[in-house]
Amino acid sequence: MDTLLEIEDLTVRFDTDEGTLTAVEGVSLSIGKGETLGLVGESGCGKSVTAMSILRLIPSPPGRIESGRIHFHDRDMLTIPDQDLREIRGKSISIIFQEPMTALSPLKRVGHQLIEAIQLHEDVPKSDAARRAVEWLGKVGIPDPAQRMQSYPFQLSGGMRQRVMIAMALMLEPELIIADEPTTALDVTVQAQVLELIKAMKRDETSLLLITHDMGVIWEMCERVTVMYASQVVETAALRDLFARPRHPYTEALIRSIPKLTGARGELETIDGQVPSPLAYPGGCRFRDRCCKAFERCELEMPPLYEADRVAARCFLSDPNQSVPPI
Amino acid sequence: MLRFTIRRLLELIPVLLAVVTVTFFLIRLAPGGPFTAERNYPEDAIQRMNEFYGLDDPLPIQYLNYLACAIRGDLGPSIHNPTRTVNDIIAQNFPVSLELGLYAMVFALLFGLASGLSAALRHNQWWDHLVMPVAMTGICVPSFVIGPVLALVCGLHYGWFNVAGWEEPSDRVLPAITLGLGVAAYIARLSRGSMLEVLPQDYIRTARAKGLNEGQILIRHALKNAMIPVVSFLGPAAAGIITGSFVVETIFQIPGLGRMFVMSAFNRDYPLILGLVAFYAVIVVFFNLLVDLCIAWLNPRTRAHTVA
Ligand SMILES: Nc1ncnc2c1ncn2[C@@H]1O[C@H](COP(=O)(O)OP(=O)(O)OP(=O)(O)O)[C@@H](O)[C@H]1O
Ligand SMILES: [Mg+2]
Repeated sequence: MDTLLEIEDLTVRFDTDEGTLTAVEGVSLSIGKGETLGLVGESGCGKSVTAMSILRLIPSPPGRIESGRIHFHDRDMLTIPDQDLREIRGKSISIIFQEPMTALSPLKRVGHQLIEAIQLHEDVPKSDAARRAVEWLGKVGIPDPAQRMQSYPFQLSGGMRQRVMIAMALMLEPELIIADEPTTALDVTVQAQVLELIKAMKRDETSLLLITHDMGVIWEMCERVTVMYASQVVETAALRDLFARPRHPYTEALIRSIPKLTGARGELETIDGQVPSPLAYPGGCRFRDRCCKAFERCELEMPPLYEADRVAARCFLSDPNQSVPPI
Repeated sequence: MLRFTIRRLLELIPVLLAVVTVTFFLIRLAPGGPFTAERNYPEDAIQRMNEFYGLDDPLPIQYLNYLACAIRGDLGPSIHNPTRTVNDIIAQNFPVSLELGLYAMVFALLFGLASGLSAALRHNQWWDHLVMPVAMTGICVPSFVIGPVLALVCGLHYGWFNVAGWEEPSDRVLPAITLGLGVAAYIARLSRGSMLEVLPQDYIRTARAKGLNEGQILIRHALKNAMIPVVSFLGPAAAGIITGSFVVETIFQIPGLGRMFVMSAFNRDYPLILGLVAFYAVIVVFFNLLVDLCIAWLNPRTRAHTVA
């Protein structure tokens, strides 16, 4: 599969009042053409920051992209001139944000905001842009789309607003869509609809980076998965492989925490212990305090990311040269 | 929207009645009267004058007489300007004050917004650190200090402007600056604050993610939102400019309504005080209505409330 986007060794820090916070450290991941990659991990592990870095949307100050390369086609998103970056934003790569309630401009009509995006990237008359916007509002399941063009965001429910955002993200037929927890802020019933919609609307050649902390969503939507923990990638694998044979104990714990509807005594497992503070990560493996398989070496050394053939894990137990067989 | 406007105008009636009533009795409580001035009038002259102006009637009668005339739009004679009625004085002097007030307001808006917004865009850089303390000083220093200092420096020392008067176009400059400076400083702080609140919002990030450039983001998405608190402040700002004009017109010897108001208070010119207070009340209410309509126009959410 051709790679569309490749993040290499990305490190992002924030200067906060309490000190320098490491949001993302040495993250690498890649998305193939037409592929759906899931990015999963607990709240605060750096998923959004990784995604925002792709379009250089990290507020600076306080944020700093300290190192890394983000290859899109044959260019590095982190160094291309602003002008070129703006042409890619919204057109080649679009984002659906986490918070539909605040992501639309409050004083502008919905239609205006859609038309603005179309006209920014395509030299079409306003009437054509408007027609296309109405068409897309219809496609994403908004009733009365022509009427809704005249609405202000506050007149729409959260689900409707997220549909507008999806229309905005999809209507220019981008090569990559980044969906940052597109359903977290929505009602449970609406969540499934919105995910279905994204799945249905996405063309086969379009790639999708889907961020979530819900393994169930990953299972439904993705082909490959990258798992993050405490600012780092801890595992990357193909979906079935990951669920069948997790290489990292954190992934294992995540899978165990999926509520099993079929299981008779479907008890929800949570992962005990605390995530270390991003203001001062300890040495060694960051998951060791919560890991039932931790041993001495995990205290002393940070495990490297053992990579082979689009599969990776950051755990001594998955060291291919490991003499002691994993438990 | 029209219903809203009419309702607000109807609300003006009780406001005016309250203002007039309170003022009417308050000025009578103050010691002295219209004829206790520098010149010592003979007793019988004072008595005849009191009779002429109806000041010897019992207070409730005077009050009702005044209201009866005022309702018909007749604000009575001015005791200290025997040749002019209160209506004449408002008609002749208000245009001067209006002109001064408009200049002051325009200056305050241009200067305040330019410095406030530019400071916000250079948040925490030297320009921001320069503008904000200056604005704070502008808010704190009263116009009776700024006015004489400006007159002294730009008028006497450099001779750029006349020290006082209202004849040449250039005579407008110093009073307008004196009057507008405090408001400008306030607008600077307000617009900086609201811009800094708007810029980190999610919808600004959305605009950026669409591919808009920073100028487009600012003009199309940030500015309108950031202006709402500034526009809301224009109501109080107008009231501030009116009260400021009392001082500024006196400092610069401007034949406006503000100076008349100060003199009417000194002279205990009862009808003139009452008439001007009522007039100012109408102006303030009108201006606030205008501001509310502007806000409704800017913000669809308030518009929905306003129509409802
Ligand atoms: N603007 C910012 N200023 C300071 N710190 C920030 C900022 N944005 C993110 N961070 C920090 O960076 C870290 C990673 O945040 P990020 O938003 O990427 O988490 P996330 O994985 O997306 O979590 P969630 O599931 O809650 O969205 C967090 O510790 C967060 O506090
Ligand atoms: Mg997030």
